[in-house]
Amino acid sequence: MTDQSRRGALKCLAFGGAGTLFTLSAGIVAPIDLAEAATRKHPGTPLFLQISDTHIGFNKDANPDVAGTLTKSIALANALPKRPELVLHTGDITHLSRAAEFDMAAQLLGGLKAGALHTTPGEHDVTDAGAEYFSRFGKASNNKGYYSFDQHGVHFVALINVMSFKPGGLGALGDDQIAWLADDLKGRSASQPIVVFAHMPLWTVYEPWGWGTGDADQAFALLRRFGSVTVLNGHIHQIVQKVEGNMTFHTARSTAYPQPNAGDGPGPGPLKVDAGLLPKMLGITTVAYQKHPNAARLTDSTLA
Amino acid sequence: MIPRTMTYAFFAAFLAAAPALADDAHVVMKNFDFMPMQVTVTAGTTVVWTNQDGEPHTVVSPDGLFRSAALDQNDSFKFTFAKPGTYKYICTIHPKMVGIVTVK
Repeated sequence: MTDQSRRGALKCLAFGGAGTLFTLSAGIVAPIDLAEAATRKHPGTPLFLQISDTHIGFNKDANPDVAGTLTKSIALANALPKRPELVLHTGDITHLSRAAEFDMAAQLLGGLKAGALHTTPGEHDVTDAGAEYFSRFGKASNNKGYYSFDQHGVHFVALINVMSFKPGGLGALGDDQIAWLADDLKGRSASQPIVVFAHMPLWTVYEPWGWGTGDADQAFALLRRFGSVTVLNGHIHQIVQKVEGNMTFHTARSTAYPQPNAGDGPGPGPLKVDAGLLPKMLGITTVAYQKHPNAARLTDSTLA
Repeated sequence: MIPRTMTYAFFAAFLAAAPALADDAHVVMKNFDFMPMQVTVTAGTTVVWTNQDGEPHTVVSPDGLFRSAALDQNDSFKFTFAKPGTYKYICTIHPKMVGIVTVK
């Protein structure tokens, strides 16, 4: 191992507190120690960043300074040994869909030393039926909210599941979006890695709190044939992961405030924790790919 | 100076002419519930929703009849129900929250 990669490896270890790497190879996920991972060849492979639930505009007890913790999260991302090729924001950019909140968020996110920012809205972003969100981020999807693009051989699919709520229901994709997805994936080689990102968990994490997407099974049916599918979500402000065949599901931490574990209290509201504990519960996620085989490595880092 | 009897007569006429206004009905959002979940009011009544949770909520009619902005803690929203009927509404941030206004 060269001096360069050792320095990089040590940098990897230095921040992020408790970090776990999951490698997915041939459908099997194996957790490996960051220390062990650092000794492997440091990637010439691209890195992607997931940031989520920034909730700009929130100012209650659980975190009176969400702009500050977002700034710290961006500093954490900017200190990565490798610059992320792109950034995925999995929604709840703002807390109350207000113009000033979107402005502030854009200003802060502009400090990211990374490639392009791609977003999907959370339900907090579209309380005005999407007017503010789409006026700023609608171009990528012609104001539909769903879109896709390719980068470094990976096919990225943005889905929106916060616009079609039915009373008492979970998030929903809707027939139009599912039809679009079928068309988007048609003819693609099963060996192309897919990254799907959406705000609410696409699989049912906890139905009583609405943590799921009612019609996502139709999307999974379309995705199942691919050799490597990584589903990145937000919304629940904590990390929950699962693997199903070749599909890895991951929800990210928030950069604003944590939420209780499923069922722990009357509902999914902000969770106030001791000041010392808060930075350990906020953070970002990076996704790296090894080309052969198509393995997605997810690394979750916290502010402390 | 107006004679007292005329003042009383004036007010009596005014009150007689004014329509009988029902009091506002009140619903609060507390612990991720609309409370009370169901209210019954007479046509022309205004319902006032007040959010008492630290988490924002919205009040939205899936039929497009009314839609609040995101209501932060202590914010409120009001809507006057002119016609009889049963009106379901949800919070679009937490769509498990459902409420009903029955207008007679």
